[in-house]
Amino acid sequence: MTPIWWAVILGSLLAYALKLAGHSVPHSFLDKPLVLSVSDYLPIALLTALVAVQTFADGQSLVLDARFAGLAAAAVALLLRAPFLVVVLVAAGTAAALRALGIAA
Amino acid sequence: MPEWPRERRAIVVNAIGVGFATAAYGISFGAFAVSGGLTVLQAQILSVVMFTGGSQFALVGVLAAGGGVSSAVATSTLLGVRNAFYGLSMAPVLDVRGRRRLVAAQLTIDESTAMAIGRSGPGETLRAERLAFWATGLSVFVLWNLATLAGSFGAGLIGDPRTYGLDAAIGAGLLALVWPRLVDRRSIGVAVVSAAVALALTPFLQPGVPVLLTAVVAVVAGVSAAREKLERQAGAA
Repeated sequence: MTPIWWAVILGSLLAYALKLAGHSVPHSFLDKPLVLSVSDYLPIALLTALVAVQTFADGQSLVLDARFAGLAAAAVALLLRAPFLVVVLVAAGTAAALRALGIAA
Repeated sequence: MPEWPRERRAIVVNAIGVGFATAAYGISFGAFAVSGGLTVLQAQILSVVMFTGGSQFALVGVLAAGGGVSSAVATSTLLGVRNAFYGLSMAPVLDVRGRRRLVAAQLTIDESTAMAIGRSGPGETLRAERLAFWATGLSVFVLWNLATLAGSFGAGLIGDPRTYGLDAAIGAGLLALVWPRLVDRRSIGVAVVSAAVALALTPFLQPGVPVLLTAVVAVVAGVSAAREKLERQAGAA
């Protein structure tokens, strides 16, 4: 089995195990102030870190390219309370346009 | 109750709307997965079995950047922890056993939980909450999977996904996912610090590890928030 297969299968099974655990374990097991508080911040930390890396990283080097313009456009759309679909399309459109015009890589 | 048919219709229409919104994003997931080195089948298994967008993008993102299996799986799993808490709050609402619970667990994601919670509260009935959960979960499941398939097949036809800005769409979709959570100073602080930490560590560590390490930022913020709450309670007592 290739590493990608391992990641796909292990990751998928663990994701389902977590979902099922939430429906199955006694309420008191997860319902502790510290656990709840950390789990509130976990998606914020990981998702913003992912956004940063997806936007600025190219392997192990940091670059500034059309992805940044796309993300900035998405942030403006979010500030204007645009729906999810619009946010994603605005980002893709901005990056695609800058590349087509040869303004950014 | 004469309002129920109307409410039922509104819930179903909303559920389908949410499904289509995530489908647009599912197309970029399929294309991203295949251009990142996964096969069409592997991309589809993630959408069927893993079925939680943030984790799927994280897993593929780490692998595509050259990260190892362990950091890819660890990141996707940590991002999936929130689904366990959604399950915790949904279980008493749904009150299902056996095979139905196995299905309910799989459909426990951001969208289904948010739509169900949106129907809770005074004046709203339990059946509205349940319907919102099931309708949204099923709608997103079906459309997300069809979209993944379209995206992963399409990726082979359109060539470089960067031409269409699909790489920028991924960051934007993840930002839209985290945006509603940035509600106070501490959560915004966690976001800013995590982004900075991940970028600062990127040149020095294997891809995937910097993102994973920002879990420490969440732990520090969580401990300080919990301590503050305890102190406030002690002060009030």
